[in-house]
Amino acid sequence: MNAVPSPTTPRRRGDALFRGLSRGAGLSILIVLAAVALFLIVEAIPALIPGAVIDSAPNGFFAYVGPLVYGTLFAALIALVIATPLSIGIGLFISHYAPRRIAAILGYTIDLLAAIPSVVYGLWGIQVLAPAVQPTYQWLAENWGFIPLFAGPVSGTGRTILTVGIVLAIMVLPIMSALAREVFLQTPKLHEEAAFALGATQWEMIRIAVLPFARSGLLSAAMLGLGRALGETMAVAMVLSPAAAVTIHLLTSENPSTIASTIALDFPEASGLDVNALIAAGLVLFVITMIVNTLARGIVTRQREKMGEN
Amino acid sequence: MSAIVHARGLNRGWVSSLAVGGLLVAYVVSSLTTSSETLNIGVVAAEGFFFAWVLIVLASLAVEGRRKAVSRAMAGLVYGAFALAVVPLLSLISTVVTLGLPRFDGDFFGSSMRNVVGAGGGALHAIVGTLEITSMAALISIPVGLLTSIYLVEYAKGKFARAVTTMVDVMTGIPSIVAGLFAFALFSLFFGPGIRMGFAGAVALSVLMIPVVVRSSEEMLRLVPNELREASLALGVPKWRTILRVVLPTAMGGIVTGVMISVARVIGETAPLLIVAGFTQSMNYNPFNERMMTLPVFVYYSYSSQGADAQAYIDRAWAGALTLIIIVMILNLGARLVSRVFRTSGSR
Repeated sequence: MNAVPSPTTPRRRGDALFRGLSRGAGLSILIVLAAVALFLIVEAIPALIPGAVIDSAPNGFFAYVGPLVYGTLFAALIALVIATPLSIGIGLFISHYAPRRIAAILGYTIDLLAAIPSVVYGLWGIQVLAPAVQPTYQWLAENWGFIPLFAGPVSGTGRTILTVGIVLAIMVLPIMSALAREVFLQTPKLHEEAAFALGATQWEMIRIAVLPFARSGLLSAAMLGLGRALGETMAVAMVLSPAAAVTIHLLTSENPSTIASTIALDFPEASGLDVNALIAAGLVLFVITMIVNTLARGIVTRQREKMGEN
Repeated sequence: MSAIVHARGLNRGWVSSLAVGGLLVAYVVSSLTTSSETLNIGVVAAEGFFFAWVLIVLASLAVEGRRKAVSRAMAGLVYGAFALAVVPLLSLISTVVTLGLPRFDGDFFGSSMRNVVGAGGGALHAIVGTLEITSMAALISIPVGLLTSIYLVEYAKGKFARAVTTMVDVMTGIPSIVAGLFAFALFSLFFGPGIRMGFAGAVALSVLMIPVVVRSSEEMLRLVPNELREASLALGVPKWRTILRVVLPTAMGGIVTGVMISVARVIGETAPLLIVAGFTQSMNYNPFNERMMTLPVFVYYSYSSQGADAQAYIDRAWAGALTLIIIVMILNLGARLVSRVFRTSGSR
């Protein structure tokens, strides 16, 4: 009747406590994300209401953020055009061409590119890359200037949107090539062997067995790379000489600026409604990257379902 | 005769001699067109690769036919893509080391920038700031991230769990500058506009760090075999003790690796700290008061606002970059080492 303590009570208490703790941690993720959206919206509203007088945006917020959205998308697109074929090549190299024994080490070498802080990329881009590519820009404008992309006058410093695109491409290369490598490695071995058995050369095997299998994986890798490139701040802020222009010229000193780099450059000195305008611009960036990442995830899930059916 | 050659194709010896031939052609061409002082090894190597590629493809076309020639051409492009990606890595590391070493001295690690105009001075204030802000971010992120991953693996059921998974995905995609703006918006609500403090920087970094910790720990916890859990539960051990004493120790190596990589990821973050931690030239040990310098911001600031003696500022920027890369590399290599140590001890 007495003295024997029920063994279940403390045990249940410990379980309940631990379950509550871990559930709370999960809940806190939802709260943080809601808070991010909420606080950004609250701080952005003063700049968004019609009639707000913003020093940095005399024609209203949307006229101010429009060119920045264009620049953000343009720079990320350049990065993607450069990085997509390269990452497919690197992925194929590590999954199908490199000798098995050193493939892992080579893959790790590429991963190191992801570990380097963006501010170091910025420093390298402005001091090493920009002077190095400037003569090539000169040559491009002189010989191919009739193509609008390469129209002059060429920037003397090389700090153009194309240089930014190259730096961004280098920065998104590790994640894109790592994903490409993963999907290439998942190609069914039987498909590859069947292709070889039919007498295919190595490239024909890759074209008929590996690439079709990997298509949606490559698409989502490109989308994730795009998401990275859109939000990248410091490398752009340091390398680009911005002019808030809307242009497709790659080589001039009149370059479209990006949302993230504008925030980084203007925020430390901003005050009053300018701060709210920058936060509103950040909100726009948040929405854009969220859309891109959601699309990328949608592709991944659909691919998983498809593979599950097989 | 031609049939025999066709059947044998190009062997290894042929391919390598053609490659050497391509390099030679490139060397001759570039030494004829440019003077020897401006001869750039990188340019010669690139040209050599190109000529070797053309020679091999042409030879293959003549001897082996179109299909094999195409295959060789594509192989060349694949090798070239990898080589091209290694170029910036080598260039970046060699520049950071050569330009960073001149100011990588005792002064750099022993003094702040207070009252320094021109040469001298150091980054002690920035290093202290980085250590304090990053450790605070880790203190927030590791428990939250680890508990969330435990929830997702051990308890998760239904809609709430799916919502958490989706939100972790969304959080992974938050641009770092947006995390900085969030911390600013949050803290300016409590402390008024224009707030700058180290702790706000730690909060911003946590937003970036938590999803990385959740993702990596979740992956590791899922690798723990279910037999271990079932054996422990069958012995009458409560679930929470099973998780603490059986599941976590089994996954510990992978979890530590993931945490170290997540620290390496955020320690180089510049944009959010530029916004909420601000910059200063003096020591500040108190993360809850006033502006706080951090190493990445130090690098950016040294470069972007050069004083009268510009070279001194640039030298300090590169020395800061070198320090940063060393820290990040140590964390990455350490993470690899930890996972290796735990893997070998686990396989016993």
